[in-house]
Amino acid sequence: MSQDMTSHDFHPILSVRGVSKRFVLHHQHGAVLPVFDRADLDVHGGECVVLDGPSGMGKSTLLKLVYANYRPTAGEIWVQSATGGRINLCEATPRELVDLRRHTIGYVSQFLRVIPRVSALDVVAEPLTEDLAGDGESLVLAREAAREQAGQWLTRLRIPERLWTLPPATFSGGEQQRINIARSLIKPRPLLLLDEPTASLDKANTQTVIELIAEARSRGAALLGIFHDGAVAEAVATRRVPVASFRSPTAAAPATTPEGVPA
Amino acid sequence: MMRDHLSAPLLRVRGVAKRFGSFTALHEASFDLWPGEVLAVVGESGSGKSTLLNAIAARLKPDAGSVQYLMRDGSLRDVHGMSQAQQRLLGRTDWGFVHQNPADGLRMDVSAGANVGERLMGLGQRHYGQLRTTAEEWLQRVEIDAIRIDDAPRTFSGGMRQRLQIARNLVTRPRLVFMDEPTSGLDVSVQARLLDLLRQLTRDLGLAVVIVTHDLAVARLLAHRMVVMQRGRVVESGLTDQVLDDPQHPYTQLLVSSVLQP
Repeated sequence: MSQDMTSHDFHPILSVRGVSKRFVLHHQHGAVLPVFDRADLDVHGGECVVLDGPSGMGKSTLLKLVYANYRPTAGEIWVQSATGGRINLCEATPRELVDLRRHTIGYVSQFLRVIPRVSALDVVAEPLTEDLAGDGESLVLAREAAREQAGQWLTRLRIPERLWTLPPATFSGGEQQRINIARSLIKPRPLLLLDEPTASLDKANTQTVIELIAEARSRGAALLGIFHDGAVAEAVATRRVPVASFRSPTAAAPATTPEGVPA
Repeated sequence: MMRDHLSAPLLRVRGVAKRFGSFTALHEASFDLWPGEVLAVVGESGSGKSTLLNAIAARLKPDAGSVQYLMRDGSLRDVHGMSQAQQRLLGRTDWGFVHQNPADGLRMDVSAGANVGERLMGLGQRHYGQLRTTAEEWLQRVEIDAIRIDDAPRTFSGGMRQRLQIARNLVTRPRLVFMDEPTSGLDVSVQARLLDLLRQLTRDLGLAVVIVTHDLAVARLLAHRMVVMQRGRVVESGLTDQVLDDPQHPYTQLLVSSVLQP
């Protein structure tokens, strides 16, 4: 594989260092669910690292830690910020984390968190307009430009135009997932976390997602993902990492970690 | 890179505490709020949420601690060190306060248009035509038909009253709005509409908001950050989804696991 991305020679975009994660369930008699023990992982620009392992081993948990959705028990997670500098997520202020999510870290979750009454087109366009405030002409123009781009994404992901003005609440699982993909990718962020982005997609749309991943890599993004479909994983991975290697020795058996926690 | 020390927060709350007799309603609470940030304060009834809100909004004098606000001229002012007149001016211009019960924030017997225009008149605007045009614009913005401009809010539904209260607060383009359970008196279907409107307005106007709610779904939809209160103390804080998806404190875990997910 050709690696001419200069970022590869410098710091990785993502650097997970000695990260441990335990869930403590205070209302289950203080049960402790250990997931990771001193996990290390680097992902460079241009790489797509695929996490392997059976369900319940903590693949999604790792993505959620990197998205700062879960808080590590110990360790450091360094991210090369799109706006300059490296930031350790574990020490960042909430404001810095919000900023990182806006500009640096994109996350395609398995499910779309639906916003009532907002149209599919605006759900997708929102990441491009959320930094703009005020309500002058410029906001109106920026919103129109963002909608136009959103339309291109929806077209590429084969969402019929008659659905664009409707809120996605009533869409099928596959349609919602494509809305989610478009929303997460419309802004070209340097670090992308993909939690089974093709799980409910048909063949043609799966192929489109494979292409989108290749395009993100070629613009220098670092990708970290979970793909249950072996063929998709094979098609997108530049490296495969078994999460079992991150497991805590006392957590040999797959624990029902994220789902077991009150959420 | 956006490091926090390079610019000042809009609101700086340090060690704010309040006792009622021998009862401590609020133990030292501290946080910073930045322009455009929405902070949710959650917790059960009696946990001190509203006491905290009232103390930072200068509606209640705390026994200890300080609340500093970044004025439009760039100076950081101690809110409780201001005169009452200065506090009132701030409350009518650069701040908004949305009450749970719209009747507490509206004048129920004067017209909707006058309710919206009142803050502008307080700032010296006297041109009737202009006031009326602005009021019409704001009614439309909060999805109230402009033909209702001369009707008193007493004749409005609960959802309309709440939207009118929001318009009345936002007309002076405040930079900081306090909200005390703004959706909890409303039917679920009406709530969704109001929430969506609030979400849109806070984003479009770049408003900083401190919103007190016991509804975690409201916090999830509107807030960037949240603090969880129990018995007058902040027991946990962080990004909204962090606190809701990976709660650390026993009370937060109980709160999160007690919610039915439809």
